[in-house]
Amino acid sequence: MWRFIAMRVLHVIPTLIAISMIAFFIIQLPPGDFLSTQVARLEAAGQSVDQAQMDALRERYGIGEPFWVQYAKWIGNIVLHGDFGLSFQFQQPVSTLIADRLPLTLALGIATLMFTWAIALPAGIYSAIKQHTWGDYTISGIGFVALAVPQFLAALVLAYLGFALFDQSVGGMFSPEYVNAPWGIGKFVDLLGHLWIPVVVIGLAGTAGIIRVTRANMLDELNKPYVITARAKGLSEGKLVTKYPVRIAMNPFISTAGWHLPSLFDGEIIVAQVLALGTIGPLLLEALKSQDMYLAGGIILIIAVLTVIGTLISDLLLAAVDPRVRFGKA
Amino acid sequence: MSWRRRNLERDAAREIAAATVDDDRPMDPGSILELQNLCTTFHTDEGAVKAVDDVSLRIRRGSTTCIVGESGSGKSATARSIIQVVDHPGRVDAGRVLYRPAADRPAADRPAADRPVVDLAALDATGPGIRSIRGREIGLVFQEPMSSLSPVHTIGDQIGELLELHERLAPAAARERVIDDLRRVGIPRPEERFGAYTFQLSGGMRQRAMIAMALVCRPSLLIADEPTTALDVTTQAQILDLLAELKESLGMTLMFITHDLGVVAEIADDVVVMRHGKVVEHGPVDQIFHDPRHEYTRELLAALPQRTTLAVDEPAQAAAAEQPARPLLRIEDLEMTFEAAAGTMFGRRRRTERVNAVDKVTLDIPEGSTVGLVGESGCGKTTLGRCVLRAYRPTAGRLLYTGADGRETDLARLSEKELLPFRRQIRMVFQDPYGSLNPRMTVRQVVGEPLRVAGLASGSELDGRVEEMLERVGLKRSMAGRYPHAFSGGERQRIGIARALITEPRLVVADEAVSALDVSVRTQILELLAELQGDLGLTYLFISHDLSVVERICDQVAVMYFGVMVEHGPAEQVFADPRHGYTRALLSAVPVADPRQRGTRSRVDYEPEDSAA
Repeated sequence: MWRFIAMRVLHVIPTLIAISMIAFFIIQLPPGDFLSTQVARLEAAGQSVDQAQMDALRERYGIGEPFWVQYAKWIGNIVLHGDFGLSFQFQQPVSTLIADRLPLTLALGIATLMFTWAIALPAGIYSAIKQHTWGDYTISGIGFVALAVPQFLAALVLAYLGFALFDQSVGGMFSPEYVNAPWGIGKFVDLLGHLWIPVVVIGLAGTAGIIRVTRANMLDELNKPYVITARAKGLSEGKLVTKYPVRIAMNPFISTAGWHLPSLFDGEIIVAQVLALGTIGPLLLEALKSQDMYLAGGIILIIAVLTVIGTLISDLLLAAVDPRVRFGKA
Repeated sequence: MSWRRRNLERDAAREIAAATVDDDRPMDPGSILELQNLCTTFHTDEGAVKAVDDVSLRIRRGSTTCIVGESGSGKSATARSIIQVVDHPGRVDAGRVLYRPAADRPAADRPAADRPVVDLAALDATGPGIRSIRGREIGLVFQEPMSSLSPVHTIGDQIGELLELHERLAPAAARERVIDDLRRVGIPRPEERFGAYTFQLSGGMRQRAMIAMALVCRPSLLIADEPTTALDVTTQAQILDLLAELKESLGMTLMFITHDLGVVAEIADDVVVMRHGKVVEHGPVDQIFHDPRHEYTRELLAALPQRTTLAVDEPAQAAAAEQPARPLLRIEDLEMTFEAAAGTMFGRRRRTERVNAVDKVTLDIPEGSTVGLVGESGCGKTTLGRCVLRAYRPTAGRLLYTGADGRETDLARLSEKELLPFRRQIRMVFQDPYGSLNPRMTVRQVVGEPLRVAGLASGSELDGRVEEMLERVGLKRSMAGRYPHAFSGGERQRIGIARALITEPRLVVADEAVSALDVSVRTQILELLAELQGDLGLTYLFISHDLSVVERICDQVAVMYFGVMVEHGPAEQVFADPRHGYTRALLSAVPVADPRQRGTRSRVDYEPEDSAA
């Protein structure tokens, strides 16, 4: 087992190196370098440029030198010092910008994931057990509608309902009075009051897919002979369904669970934008629009790395739950 | 927890009390189970299908009752209806399933007095009443232990679950009992096997584990649904012995479902013959075999290839032994080695393992004869057949084929291109008549394809030859435009034979060609093969695990064991006077379809002296 983990981790390293190169290549794509862009911007704003500072930055990022030298400096700083470079739009280190938004992003991401699973898995299982009944049709119908409705529209509708029915402020994660307040019970409750809209909006769209996959897997498994065996033992329907077919029907699901890791980080960009949430998604969008390339590159790199790590976690989880994978029989 | 348990038990007792039957149609005092006018219907989109149609039968306490019938006769549906575990669209519609629990069975919650008769069909199919009977009083063993057990739970978990459920044992105590029972059903090293998964066990071991599971709560009635059909003949014999022994020592009643009359003759006390969901005959085993009343029972018995243990020396057969000097195909020192990556992904080391699937086999196939190749699964007989077809390229050895013009060619060395003319002369009939025909091709396309790709015929000439061939194998010309799904299993196998014969081959390799067919259909196909051999001068290499079929149609027999040919000779000689220990073991394991010969033969076990084999 440990050998397998070690091997998988070793496989991850070349992938990560390739990804970081591509991310840096993307950063380099826009014409010119970011210093000249910044100089131009500062001058357009009528400010003077400190030549010494410019030279220091030029040295720091290796600007003007070949691609490989610049790449080596960029990735070297990230790996050795955790320094992702400077966002010239915000005039702050990229790492600070990301760290500021990380807690809220993770809170939203994890809450959404939990919400999706909590709704979709039982609904999919129920839908399969009660195939061709009104319950099944209702769940499938709602699922498809949730999938089909554009998320930004649902976000706007829910935000309006929140405003009209519960007298909530529109947009953001906090009411105005709590935005700059220190953390406390009140602020936390306020957060929960706002969080449900993006969670429901993003979550519902995700549920439809999971419901369909779970339902299809379950229908395959429910007709397997081992289910009859379990029934012939005298187990109750609920017990036997959760112990046998659900366990196996969850496999494809577990094998993709790690893929959610990157989406925890960037969240749903459009919904976050519409609802003006202070998560990392809108930050990435902003960075791309304003060609803030160290910020964009840093976020892209982190997302890519999380994707690779998520896949690794999925593989390990699947091996942990399915002996057929563990013993190389499937 | 205990509160829920008590509630559950109270509900179960109440349900069973409600289903208790007054003696308006009394049950025979010697019976453990009586079905009265049972009907089970599958409600499908195409309408209702009556799988069990007004079945009444009776199972005496302590007896072994065999339910026989061909596929689709409703025997499995009957068994599953008893404890209401019929597959999804199926439902028990009418009739009664009367069950009398054993009087001496000490029940935890009731005095040991004789308990009343319960109508199991009246219980709610998912309620606590029937659930307290399933697994505890009536155990069920299925045909395919691989798919009937969960692949992701250990054997021990799946067996121990019953004890935790019905006897409220703690996991540690359950583990002890399970290990004892695994040992009892003959699983070596039960402590280790407790934590094994199904795919880590051999077919025979899996079925033993399944039996241990069905018996762990010591049920009064064991229903075994084709428990040996998926097993080799020697393993089948072991499992049958085991069941007989357990039935004796645990004082059970056994209801045994099978299509194999040989097995019935070996173990049954009473026999129920079913067809199209109805019981056609019901009686003691001796009467069924020696004085069958119903036409269908007689047909079944007549279709049975009789394996007589009496050695009949017919001197007339010696005339056939005058063979031409050179065989059609001479297999010389043929070897086929597979390299498999062994060790698991998680194992300490990966190594390539060499498997000698066929190890220095030499065999002559005389022209116009039928050579049988027998052995258990994994013995290399299919690999040998595929080498002959040159689907595999043999690792070493020669395949000397004598052409129609008398020239001898070594097929083992030919390139794909050079093989092309021989591909038309050596053809194959497959085992599975369902999987071996492309469902999207019409019969005309399926049968005509070999000619078309060889460029031998096209257009109306091709159609004419296909239709002629269909007629030859007993199908109608008009069937050429239909798709395979419109045919029964036997008809599909005829299509497969037509496809093999359309190129006018000289040698046909039939790999388990009749194994998937019902007995009566099997007889027809064997007759067809014999007739075609006479008409067309065919030579057969007939691969089968079924010794009775091989004995019936083969001139020569070769026995394989772990890649090595252990015995080879004329069929009468091999069957009457087997020289090799393994052949003797194999022959002694075949059930004899005559209850009067039961117990007259002793089983021989073969332990290879050379354990490296």
